Amino acid sequence: MLRYTLLRILGAIPTLLLVIALAFLMVHAAPGGPFSSERVLPEHVEKEIERRYHLDEPLPKQFLRYVSGLLQGDLGPSYSYRDYDVDELIADTFPVSLKLGALAMALALLLGVSAGTVAALRQGAWLDKFVMGFSMTGISIPVFVVAPVLVLFLAVKLQWLPAGWTSEVGLKRLFLPVVTLALPQIAYIARLTRASMIDVLNRDFIRTARAQGLGTATVVRVHALKPAMLPVLSYMGPAIAAVLTGSVVVEEVFGIPGLGQQFVRGASNRDYTLVLGIVVSYATLIISLNLIVDILYGVIDPRVRYR
Amino acid sequence: MSANRSIRVTAGILITIALVALVGPWISPHDYVTTNFDNPLAPPSLGDMHLFGTDDLGRDLFVRTMLGIRISLLVAIVASFVSLVIGVAYGAIAGFVGGRVDAAMMRFVDTLYALPFIFFVILLMVAFERNFLLIFVAIGAINWLDMARIVRGQTLSLREREFVEAARLTGVSTLRIVFRHIAPNLIGIVIVYVTLTIPQAILVESFLSYLGLGVQEPQTSLGALVEAGVTLMERASWSLLIPATLLALILMCFNFLGDGLRDQFDARNLS
Amino acid sequence: MSLLDVQGLTIRYGSDTVVDGVDLYIDRGESVGLVGESGSGKSQSALAILGLLPRQAEVSGSILFDEQQLLGASEQELDTFRARRIGMVFQDPMQALNPYLRIGAQLRQILLSHGRADKAAVDASVLEMLAKVGLPDPERQYRAYPHELSGGMRQRVMLASALIVEPDLLIADEPTTALDVTVQAQILDLLEDIRDDTALLLITHDLGIVAGHCEHMIVLDKGHLVEQGQTTTLFAAPAHPHTRTLLDAAPRVDRGDVPTSATGSTILSVSGASVEYRDLTAVRDVSFAVREGETVAVVGESGSGKSSVVRAMLGLVPLSAGRVVYAGESLEGPVERRLKSQRRDLQLVFQDPVSALNPQMRVRSIVAEPLLVHESSMTAAARLERVTAILEKVGLSERFLERFPHQLSGGQAQRVAIARALILEPKVLVCDEAVAALDGSVRRQVLELLRAVQADTGLSIIFISHDLAVVRSISHRVLVMYLGKLVEAADSGTLFTSPRHPYTQALLDSVPVPDPVVVAKRAPLRGEVPSPVNPPPGCVFHPRCPKAEAKCNSTAPDLRDVAGSSVACHFPN
Ligand SMILES: Nc1ncnc2c1ncn2[C@@H]1O[C@H](COP(=O)(O)OP(=O)(O)O)[C@@H](O)[C@H]1O
Ligand code: SF4
Ligand SMILES: [Mg+2]
Repeated sequence: MLRYTLLRILGAIPTLLLVIALAFLMVHAAPGGPFSSERVLPEHVEKEIERRYHLDEPLPKQFLRYVSGLLQGDLGPSYSYRDYDVDELIADTFPVSLKLGALAMALALLLGVSAGTVAALRQGAWLDKFVMGFSMTGISIPVFVVAPVLVLFLAVKLQWLPAGWTSEVGLKRLFLPVVTLALPQIAYIARLTRASMIDVLNRDFIRTARAQGLGTATVVRVHALKPAMLPVLSYMGPAIAAVLTGSVVVEEVFGIPGLGQQFVRGASNRDYTLVLGIVVSYATLIISLNLIVDILYGVIDPRVRYR
Repeated sequence: MSANRSIRVTAGILITIALVALVGPWISPHDYVTTNFDNPLAPPSLGDMHLFGTDDLGRDLFVRTMLGIRISLLVAIVASFVSLVIGVAYGAIAGFVGGRVDAAMMRFVDTLYALPFIFFVILLMVAFERNFLLIFVAIGAINWLDMARIVRGQTLSLREREFVEAARLTGVSTLRIVFRHIAPNLIGIVIVYVTLTIPQAILVESFLSYLGLGVQEPQTSLGALVEAGVTLMERASWSLLIPATLLALILMCFNFLGDGLRDQFDARNLS
Repeated sequence: MSLLDVQGLTIRYGSDTVVDGVDLYIDRGESVGLVGESGSGKSQSALAILGLLPRQAEVSGSILFDEQQLLGASEQELDTFRARRIGMVFQDPMQALNPYLRIGAQLRQILLSHGRADKAAVDASVLEMLAKVGLPDPERQYRAYPHELSGGMRQRVMLASALIVEPDLLIADEPTTALDVTVQAQILDLLEDIRDDTALLLITHDLGIVAGHCEHMIVLDKGHLVEQGQTTTLFAAPAHPHTRTLLDAAPRVDRGDVPTSATGSTILSVSGASVEYRDLTAVRDVSFAVREGETVAVVGESGSGKSSVVRAMLGLVPLSAGRVVYAGESLEGPVERRLKSQRRDLQLVFQDPVSALNPQMRVRSIVAEPLLVHESSMTAAARLERVTAILEKVGLSERFLERFPHQLSGGQAQRVAIARALILEPKVLVCDEAVAALDGSVRRQVLELLRAVQADTGLSIIFISHDLAVVRSISHRVLVMYLGKLVEAADSGTLFTSPRHPYTQALLDSVPVPDPVVVAKRAPLRGEVPSPVNPPPGCVFHPRCPKAEAKCNSTAPDLRDVAGSSVACHFPN
């Protein structure tokens, strides 16, 4: 198990480097530098700026400089917010997004897995049909449709909840954004859990467990739950990416000062260092979470450890 | 609902929507660009043939919505085709060649899976100005990974199947093995996954349009219409609800269609 | 009063009746065998007793266990019978044990669910049970996962789980079918030793097992009970024609005619062949020759390298050493690089007829494909004529031309595969476990077919099988392989009457004889086949050999001639 874990960790490093390199290249290949769209600058000023941002160095050297900065937590200065460093901007906005995302994922796992399991155990009954109908709808309606529709009805028409990000801290302002973000994931996880639970319940070893007279609850808890969770676990990587994507929309709609909003702003301001910094942070987050998922997979399925 | 019936119903709805989107604008007395500042935010009505009402510039929303559907479907189908070509070629080569080549190719796919793709796409769209062609490429580039994995897995298992060995043994050429023994056994699953890729592509395209990074005014797409609807929703809820409902309906139909096809495909493979 | 009293058991799936009015009685301590071909309803009947059938099944009749009605009982009521009163063992222990849970946890849960609370005492009982079923080092196996155990060990764990709460009845559904024959003998012995006064319902397709282990037997055919009674009586005087067919089709390893040796000249020879896969050597230095019109059997337990050696011979996997000579010419490289005529002369039939046929092609195209390659000038009409003729020869009428593989039964599909292999009139046909998946009567027909073709055309056959009883009636010569090595080669006449190698002897002794008069032998071998990744030094058989001496641990014996047999043993019989 230790070997497996170490191998996984080692395997994640090149992936991360590749992602950073790709993002870095893409930013540098973009036509029109960060300042070109504004006004034509005198040549010496442009030179000065280039030197300040080390744009005059060869690309590999710039890349190395960037990576070594990264290792010290330095993501460079922002192009558009002249007095800020990128790490400060990220540090300011990241906690809100993290809270939102983590709450949404927790909600999605809790509701999705329970709904899926119940549906699998009641296969064909009305409860199953209801869960499946709900989740097909949930999967098919994009976050950017759900968000405004919920705001329109619950906030604007019924006035039950605030439409935006009020200054009042607490559950009330978190409720709509978290639910919006979680809905499609609840739906997807419910479907996934149901399908894999049905699959597991049809396996021979479940019949053995039933023949041993363990009772349905024990059969599900002791024998079925772990293997049925494997596909859900594999989905965690894509789910995290989807929640991050969704957070861009949700933060826009609800006016939440998070990383997603920062990213969209940065992108439209062509603030390349900021955008690069955010992409790198997202990638690091996704890759580390994927790593954890991989290791958990090894914990649950003893057979993969030896591969 | 049985798999067969759900296939027929959803396919029927999709074909109807596509036909109306094609023919509707042509029948309607309005077009998608003409503004009419005397009649902004008119609610849906039959009288002046503003079936879906008008937007804040007084443009006819029915024609604009139909145009949006056309563009969303077009982008999705072309993008799915891109992902189909890349995914099938990549997966089939990895699966058929096998061994170290396969391991390396799949390692690469695994790496790409870990990328926050959508952010790269946003980056791309910003950096290279909004380029219609780029949307296809970007979306196709995201979606080919699943296809490649599935085709590769299937090819790998087909290659090991004994009927392929029997063919090798009698001297059937590699080309004939690929086209007569492997490809026909891949088609079913490829169709299923293309059907499931289309709604994903629609989703990405509308997401980009929603962020204002997709198609450019006065052209429009379902995502762009929803975005416009959001800004107007307090004064003209229909401008949000109509395109949002149609978008959800189309996505749902494709998902049900793909599921139905998959069930039928599984049933046939089990029998 | 019987312990188990089943009356009029009927099981339906929609309009399909898979079990129809079956009656079945078992007294305390009695052993009853339930036999029949695949699909006759044996497993369905057994599952019905414990209420384990899928939801869609409609069950009627009566199932009384100790005078209590089990049919229609709730899950909770059934749970008080399961494990506590009736234990069950399933066919494939790899599928039947939970791969995600340690062995100890799986057994412990049974005791916990049946009212035992003291955890330390539960652990002690589990360890005791593991020792009782013969698991070496129970403490270690307690913490092992099923995939870390060998097939035999897994089935021992399965048996432990069925008996740990000391039930009155043990139902065993084909408990040894997935195992090698020497391990099967061990498990059957264990079953006898351990069950004491527990009644046994033993489900099997193998009449040899029933003859050796059951007092009573029940014969099912297509869901109907056709005959039941004392095992000795039924074997001596079967009343129902179906029972007679079953008995006739059951091959005997201990008696019967053996084909006399073939006299043709050598057509194919393999010398010094070795096959290596990534981390193991599957075949080591194997040599043999095949004569015209001869059937050579290759026998051995799973993993002994039977398939690898013939696949290398055919060019489907690379040979790492040795050579193959066919009709005086050396066959080199992968099959793709061999001459067209050579490919035409060597054909193969696989074990699983379903995966050997392309599901997307019709029978006519499957069988015609070799003609497209080798007789490209042939007209479509002539091709169809050839296809129809060969199908007729394997016993399939024109009706089958347009069918897809999923529209064929196992036996029909195997005939199609044989037709495809024979349409080019090859000189050598390799059958890799080609009858293993078939039921007794169908297997018999396919063997007849092969014999007839051979008599007709002088075809040479290489017949791979794990079942010595099947081999006896068809082969002129037999090669015995163990862990990649050829350990004995002899004419059938010699091998079956005077086996020289201790392993050959053990194999012969392990095969159950379908005759209750012949006393079942005790398992002749301990242990299981070691992993080919780490073969034992010296004679590869020495860890299991009853005759092994110090020399055997260090020096590998060479093949040498002993009274007409080639034997690789320092101390042949
Ligand atoms: N879930 C099911 N649905 C429909 N038919 C089934 C099902 N399970 C088994 N059968 C049918 O029941 C018959 C008896 O099967 P089984 O008891 O497994 O036979 P055996 O154990 O003698 O090989 C077969 O024809 C099989 O196809
Ligand atoms: S050489 Fe020794 S160990 Fe090997 S079979 Fe002969 S007697 Fe047994
Ligand atoms: Mg059975």
